[in-house]
Amino acid sequence: MTRPRVAVHKFSSCDGCQLAFLNLGETLLQLNEQVDILHFLEAGMNDASADVDIAFVEGSLSTPDELTRIRQVRANSRYLVSIGACATSGGLQALRNLDGNHDEWRDAIYARPEFIRTLKEVRPIAAEVRVDLELWGCPVSSTQILAAIRALLFGVAPVDDRDRVCLECKRQQAVCVMVTQGIPCMGPVTRTGCGALCPRFGRDCYGCYSPSETAQTATLARRFSGLGLLPDAIARRFWLINSQAPPFLQTGRVFHRSAASDPDD
Amino acid sequence: MTSRRIRIDVPALTRVEGEGSLRLEVRQDQLIELGLSIFEPPRYFEKFLEGREAEEVVDIVARICGICPVAYQISALNALESMSRQMASPWVRSMRRAFYCGEWLQSHALHIHLLALPDFLGFENAIAMAERHPNMVKRGLKLQGLGNALVRLFGGRSVHPVGARLGGFHHAPAPDEVTALADRLKAAQQDAGDLTRFCASLPLPDDPQTFICVALHHPDRYAIESGEIRTSTGLNLSANQFEQHFHETHKPDSTALWSDLDGQPYLTGPLARLNINHPQLPDFLLTRLGEIGLELPSCNMFHSLIARALEIELVLHEAIQLLNDYTYPKSPYTALPLEPGIGYGMSEAPRGLLWHRYELDEKGLIRAARIVPPTSQNQARIEADLHHSLTTMGLDNGEDVLKLRAEQVIRNYDPCISCSTHFLTLKKVET
Repeated sequence: MTRPRVAVHKFSSCDGCQLAFLNLGETLLQLNEQVDILHFLEAGMNDASADVDIAFVEGSLSTPDELTRIRQVRANSRYLVSIGACATSGGLQALRNLDGNHDEWRDAIYARPEFIRTLKEVRPIAAEVRVDLELWGCPVSSTQILAAIRALLFGVAPVDDRDRVCLECKRQQAVCVMVTQGIPCMGPVTRTGCGALCPRFGRDCYGCYSPSETAQTATLARRFSGLGLLPDAIARRFWLINSQAPPFLQTGRVFHRSAASDPDD
Repeated sequence: MTSRRIRIDVPALTRVEGEGSLRLEVRQDQLIELGLSIFEPPRYFEKFLEGREAEEVVDIVARICGICPVAYQISALNALESMSRQMASPWVRSMRRAFYCGEWLQSHALHIHLLALPDFLGFENAIAMAERHPNMVKRGLKLQGLGNALVRLFGGRSVHPVGARLGGFHHAPAPDEVTALADRLKAAQQDAGDLTRFCASLPLPDDPQTFICVALHHPDRYAIESGEIRTSTGLNLSANQFEQHFHETHKPDSTALWSDLDGQPYLTGPLARLNINHPQLPDFLLTRLGEIGLELPSCNMFHSLIARALEIELVLHEAIQLLNDYTYPKSPYTALPLEPGIGYGMSEAPRGLLWHRYELDEKGLIRAARIVPPTSQNQARIEADLHHSLTTMGLDNGEDVLKLRAEQVIRNYDPCISCSTHFLTLKKVET
């Protein structure tokens, strides 16, 4: 029996989600006994056009070339899994979509902007091709990756845990930073998966795993306001790593606007 | 003599962080064209830092690079905290060094085993190499794992850690966790020594070149998390003098900018650091230098591999000392009020000097940011090295031989192409 074939593709990103593979330690060698890794540039495998069973895609789409590449990846893959915030929501760099001033930014940074070919907006993978499974997180963890491979190889639907960080926090018996210290924590509206890392470290969750199910963002924003945050600061809470995820985008926009109309300047 | 024309295109370099390509053209044994292109799309970090609060910067800049997030966090903190009248506590300064040791350990171990060694042992990749050399690869993965564990101790996770903040850390690890990790680090010292000996025993090409070295130097210790710039040309510079001597330009085929030191290419990274700071190595490593017969300063770029192995031994030693002296603090941070103005900061990322500048307004928001990462600094040096190395080796060599050598040369610099691409501010020319 041939082993299932796997590819790891990189688009616009920091390389951090690929480390979920490279940081596996000896498990990486065991994984290789169970699957055939055909394409993974950073690890030294180079066969971008290979037909595979599972393609993992890191990064967002931000150039015309990347649009062509992702269509090819889709055509060559049985399952396409987007890994991390960039691939699933556009990530931190999608902040440039909010201002709509990409051209100006590019011209400010590059002396020869005519050589920089980029799309006006950063897009998640699913904006261009069908995605079979989205793994959220900035970064995703090795556990998420291995669980996804296992589920797909067994032909079962992977568990899509959209619970809140808040619930994980309670399970871990961490002290609530918002209730006890008045810190504006995004835990009530953020998807679990990190193990409630930030609250356990005594700090605010900053939403890197994207919106949870039924995220009550407007309610949380009002709570932030009650804690003394100005509208601009509230907008910044929602417009960070997953600014393009609809509930965060929407609530950020409400408070960004209200900050803009504030007469305090 | 027969006329010979070869064109080597490596459209996607493997075993580097991020994506780049190489183009070479040889005509009648003359190098006609050579170009290292970086085509990672820009992500404009410097622009979207504008308008953010100073407190948010550490969580944002970590995302510039998945492999060296700690370096970005510490350089940013050095720059921002320079705008305060107070300093972080001695506990914080020590623990930041320990935190940073973890990043050097994981990054260097990853580079040596997963990216560089397959070249020297004749494999396409580390996984193939593991079939023949399982113990060596496992040793490397174990060292990498320990580095990650050290970053996690202070940061909660090894990629985009969440523990660092202005004035210190959000959280101090429990003493029993610290002791347990220190014990594991001690147990790995033998492996690290073996790794250095192994790297030194490889038949590395002997190809001396002349180049300028640039590294941070600290009067009391081997510079990692802080220090001032020292160059092999005799300059000593603080962070706010960087822009007077280092300049960036934009070349058409790259999305990364190119740096020069007063018009010259220069080297930053492990070999540059070792060349400048080797007298500060602990005694057992000075002995190791003698044992493996490495004379410093070295002008053989292939010694970068050995330099990384030696730095693995160094950071294991340093981290063990720092963790042995660990005390649980009253508070893991000091609130540091920042004043409006401009702050400069730098540190030694695993692959070299990482310089930041932030301008802060009266409301505590970032007005402007500039970040110069190590790989854009090394770009000009990499091209000069390729020219030299390939010509010296003989352009009459076969295409595969030239291609392999070119890739080895590039990997010596452990380029992080993802992070070289995404900042880089040139002054906008108003017309």
